[in-house]
Amino acid sequence: MPNDTGIGGDKGAFPTTRWSLIVASRSEQAEERHRALEVLIAAYWKPVYKYIRLRWNKENEEAKDLTQEFFARLLEKEFLDRFDPERAKLRTFLRVCVDRMVGNEEKAAHRLKRGGEMQVLSLDFESAEGELRQIDVAAPGDMDEFFAREWARNVFSAAIERLREDCEARGKQIHFRLLELYDVEEGGKDLTYEEVAKRFGLKPSDVTNYLSYARRELRGIVLKQLRQMTASEDEFRREARSLLGVELP
Amino acid sequence: MTYLSDSALNRLRAAADTPDLSSTRYRPIDKLGQGGMGGVYRVEDTVLQREVALKIIAAFDSGTELGERLLHEARVIAQLEHPGIVPVHDVGRLPDGCVFYAMKLVQGDRLDDHISGLESLAERLRIFGKICEAVSFAHSRGVLHRDLKPQNIMVGPFGEVLVMDWGISKVLGNTEAKASGPLALLGTNHGTVLGTPGFMAPEQARGEHVDHRADVFSLGALLQFMNVGSSRVIGAISSKAMAEKPGDRYASVHDLSTDVAHFLDGLPVSAYPESWTTRLQRWAGKNKAWLLLILAYLIMRTLFILWRAAE
Repeated sequence: MPNDTGIGGDKGAFPTTRWSLIVASRSEQAEERHRALEVLIAAYWKPVYKYIRLRWNKENEEAKDLTQEFFARLLEKEFLDRFDPERAKLRTFLRVCVDRMVGNEEKAAHRLKRGGEMQVLSLDFESAEGELRQIDVAAPGDMDEFFAREWARNVFSAAIERLREDCEARGKQIHFRLLELYDVEEGGKDLTYEEVAKRFGLKPSDVTNYLSYARRELRGIVLKQLRQMTASEDEFRREARSLLGVELP
Repeated sequence: MTYLSDSALNRLRAAADTPDLSSTRYRPIDKLGQGGMGGVYRVEDTVLQREVALKIIAAFDSGTELGERLLHEARVIAQLEHPGIVPVHDVGRLPDGCVFYAMKLVQGDRLDDHISGLESLAERLRIFGKICEAVSFAHSRGVLHRDLKPQNIMVGPFGEVLVMDWGISKVLGNTEAKASGPLALLGTNHGTVLGTPGFMAPEQARGEHVDHRADVFSLGALLQFMNVGSSRVIGAISSKAMAEKPGDRYASVHDLSTDVAHFLDGLPVSAYPESWTTRLQRWAGKNKAWLLLILAYLIMRTLFILWRAAE
């Protein structure tokens, strides 16, 4: 399997219809199902791994195995066949699935070793582990909030990468650089448009326009991802409201 | 992938939420708040060189009922020119599809924040009177607010009071014809419940037909909220306004505000029947000068009679 952590390129471009990802992930055609699940995996593997590490207090190696097993079951439609979008958000459903799976493993006191049968994903656990060390949560009180925030972090990280690629392809590197300066890097937000304009040899009005472009594109990418990862129009709008703006914990 | 710190994530979320005003006359300054119907931003109108507020529905919500409701709100407010109702300057759609309207930038506090600093009941009741004036004006134009609550009232630094958030207002049937279309854009279907529990009339909560007495109920709840110090008379006025059956409430906002004004002027109020002793006390309180004169005359007369008798 190619780089499973990347969601760029045309592979992520599903039609923006309701249920697109969920329907595709339930497809009998393995290729279509795998393409859909790549998007899901890219968005969720880090939150799932970090969640297992913190919520279930699992060691690094065990958390890796459990994460692999979770997504293997997802690939085999074991979980998604039970998903009812009328009853829950996909994000909540997946978190509950993780809890059930890990809880059952603990109860049985042994994990089903699938060995060669299980499809092993190429996931960059080291980066996830590094990120965990930067999260200032010794014992997160509300794991639902933690999962939501990690999911949002992953969605935006992927969107930033996608925006970088798009801007490079269109020769708009400076647009991306301005967004990176103001919204990603620490310290950039305090610079005035005049200061930034001088630094980049632009007019202040160009800074405004370029930044608006980059932010608009970013929003478009985030919403496109979100549409793929939600199962109904209503869920899409609720998740969009919580992801953009002020409602996320 | 780039790791995003919590602060970077928050900045990106806010940045992605910032409306695209690049090809408009407005330049964003900051976000003032977020409500159920979208965000409100402080922006600069670069043509008129002044700050105004933009209420904007996100693009992903603009094609839905929320977008229609925002347009409805703008059009309703545009018909209601009154010092107690914030004026609308502009309405439209941004290049990215977001529906917006521009209105006067209101400086001041929300009512619930403002009155916590007011100890005098009289001061609070004067604010209440101004709220009633704005709502009564809207009723005279055939518009019901239907979501009156402390969070939807602003009090300015010079005591001006503004009734906000007309998003679920309703145009009464008998003026729909006069309202030339836009005002009748978004009636609420029978059975739909919109409003705020605690301030919403029972018939509104049940999704039944409502008229102006639903607003009378909400104003009664607002009066109760403002009646810190628990005046019995004001309590009686708010209870009458909040009667279960619309027919038992004040017939109009004007009648309600008249009772409150009478209370402030020391006059009897319709919602609070008084005993004869209370009425006597009130009369005595209002006619102190005459009473003192009569009393002085009686004392002098008595003294004179006693003096004559002693002689």
